[in-house]
Amino acid sequence: MDLKYTPEEEAFRARVRAFFEAELPADIRDRMRLGRRIRKDDMVRWQHILFRHGWGAVMWPTRFGGTGWSVIQQHIFEEERADIGAPPQNAFSLKMLAPVLMTFANSAQQEYFLPRILAGEDWWCQGYSEPGSGSDLASLRTSAVRRGDHYLVNGQKTWNTFGQHADWIFCLVRTGTEGRPQQGISFVLIDMKSPGITLKPITMLDGEHEINEIWFDDVQVPVENLVGDENKGWTYAKFLLTHERTNNAGIGACKRALKRLKEIAAEQMAYGRPLIEDSRFRDRIAQVELELMALEITNLRVLTATANESRALGPEVSVLKIKGSEIQQTLAELQMQALGPDALPYLREALEIDWVADPEFAEHYRPYAPPLSGQYFNLRKTTIYAGSTEIQKNIIAQLILGL
Amino acid sequence: MDFNYSNEQLALQETLQRFIGRDYGFERRRELARSTLGFSAAAWAQYADLGLLSLPFPGEFGGLDGNAVDVMLVMELVGRGLLLEPFLSTVVMCGGLIRDAASDELKRAMLPRIGAGAIKVSLACYEGSARYELSRVACAAVRSGGGWRLSGQKTVVLDAPSADYFLVSARTGGAAADPSGISVFLVGREAPGVTTFAYPTQSGARAAELRLENVTVDADALVGAPEEGLAIVERAVDRGIAALCAEAVGIITALNEATLNHLKTRKQFGVPIGSFQALQHRMADMFIAAEQARSMAVMAAVYADSDDAAERRRAASGAKAYIGQAARLVGQQAVQMHGAMGVVDDLIVSHYFKRLTMIELSLGDVDFHLARFSDMLA
Repeated sequence: MDLKYTPEEEAFRARVRAFFEAELPADIRDRMRLGRRIRKDDMVRWQHILFRHGWGAVMWPTRFGGTGWSVIQQHIFEEERADIGAPPQNAFSLKMLAPVLMTFANSAQQEYFLPRILAGEDWWCQGYSEPGSGSDLASLRTSAVRRGDHYLVNGQKTWNTFGQHADWIFCLVRTGTEGRPQQGISFVLIDMKSPGITLKPITMLDGEHEINEIWFDDVQVPVENLVGDENKGWTYAKFLLTHERTNNAGIGACKRALKRLKEIAAEQMAYGRPLIEDSRFRDRIAQVELELMALEITNLRVLTATANESRALGPEVSVLKIKGSEIQQTLAELQMQALGPDALPYLREALEIDWVADPEFAEHYRPYAPPLSGQYFNLRKTTIYAGSTEIQKNIIAQLILGL
Repeated sequence: MDFNYSNEQLALQETLQRFIGRDYGFERRRELARSTLGFSAAAWAQYADLGLLSLPFPGEFGGLDGNAVDVMLVMELVGRGLLLEPFLSTVVMCGGLIRDAASDELKRAMLPRIGAGAIKVSLACYEGSARYELSRVACAAVRSGGGWRLSGQKTVVLDAPSADYFLVSARTGGAAADPSGISVFLVGREAPGVTTFAYPTQSGARAAELRLENVTVDADALVGAPEEGLAIVERAVDRGIAALCAEAVGIITALNEATLNHLKTRKQFGVPIGSFQALQHRMADMFIAAEQARSMAVMAAVYADSDDAAERRRAASGAKAYIGQAARLVGQQAVQMHGAMGVVDDLIVSHYFKRLTMIELSLGDVDFHLARFSDMLA
């Protein structure tokens, strides 16, 4: 039992850090650090840089062009990424779709799609939720009816993230109505340029366009875009969700946010002294730091145990998802609260990097202030998406505790 | 980064589990808690035979060269079995203090005897109005002849009624709450002027008020450097905290098992009560708390052996503050979900709950440690 990194792992960390220092474009870094809007182009450019260095997919095995790194190495990479302020990669393609393709797709699909994901050529989004199917995902109704060499897809998806940027969408569709709702679901890949697809933005509570509704009206999808077997999609969907939830622990991003919170609390003034010297506020930072310390170790315990036993991640990721999402929310809440009255202004234009504040206003309204309230509002989503906290507790109760 | 126990550690764990199953059932434990001694002298001898009492000591002093992770493993089972013997006081805290701070001569005199089960030692480091502050020491030691003369009072000295020796923090300089000016002395129970007022604790252990009235000790009773005793005591208490955290995790795990079993077997309205979502989600919360608490106990154990006082203190306080809250959640909810069965003396549930509560209040409570951790942030 030991919590220290080996000298090899420390050397690895230094190597990752040096690469980030040298290769992360300064404009992207500035936007990330100040919480300004990140563009699709930022993420694509970064993916290209990582790809050229052979680090396009650090969580993939080498046979698909990944790095084949250990879970500890991946953890270090993610920590350093968040700390320096590099953008996240597209999780929908790299961390969610890719494991499904590697495990369940045929070789033609693997050979076509995986290299394009790795090289950052295709932007993927997810078509899971529907207006009537949120937590009860298996009740979904978007239908795919076989017509010769293609499926005809009709229905509506919602809460789709960044579909406005997407080249492709992976969808759960209903191909059968027999038996339990879970039994008639299939997993298909749909070209977003297909005729019959309409996308309508949904404005989030922070005023930003991040999610969409998508309508499918007689959209033709070639049968070769079916992943695995028809009507087995629920199995693949659950497999994917397990991967999605691990990512939701977000340890690296939380550590970065905690560091930021301390910086903000050291700079904001309260009662004539730095806010961090007010023990009432500082104790709240301490409390969330303890949660994060515990979660970091729990996360590593879960990841190393599954790696050692060569098994897939199981329902224990629900613990990581519940805690990780709560910690993200608490950190965002404290960052906002640290601003006090400066949390009130809503300045959409201030989310662009070239915004210049009124000089007198800028004397107290710091450059990090504009996005913080919006982030707090936005991150209320984390305990709702990818299976709400209540669904995660159902999973723990049923699959781990046997209730 | 390694979260596995070694084969030796797993063997030790199995041996202890077998011992608890065979010799330390719940009924036996209740008898022991009610007995005059308050624990089992026979069990203490068995611990010596198993090597538990010399586990964390260096080989040159008859020890097994174990570390704080070995102690964690033992303490987790101390929790599960609700063991009453003074392992924490004698081996972890006092043995640890002697190993970390005493002269080789004193180590030679004490550690092999502790390891053999021949003597027991208690740490007398808290005073009446000091709450959990180790620097608030009024008990005084003045030079007298070639040695020292001690006068003062120590409160809730754990396992004191059975102790043969006390390690006492006393002021040899400075004012009431000064961090400097504290020294540590080894005082024999039989020394003239030593009296105790003994009582059981809420969880069935034993403790006492310790009164020292003009107690004279030799010069070699001073442990470690004079005036620098606070760091010595703090280190011993940090070791104790890491051990208590592991004990709490053992209890939390056992309580969760008991509660889960109750949810699956207890029927109301014609169905197991575990089929109700209100209870399922609370049980899930308790499961999460247990996993997180275990992670913090691992952290506390790994850093308990560190020579960096700040690093050790941060880990110990962080873990104690976190696990105290997890223990409260699991303890209270385990009782709640057992219904009336949770509030009777006849079931082990209430005993686990009481022990968890006393752990939270020992060696610094949640507020104390959260403040200590928080003060290190800025």
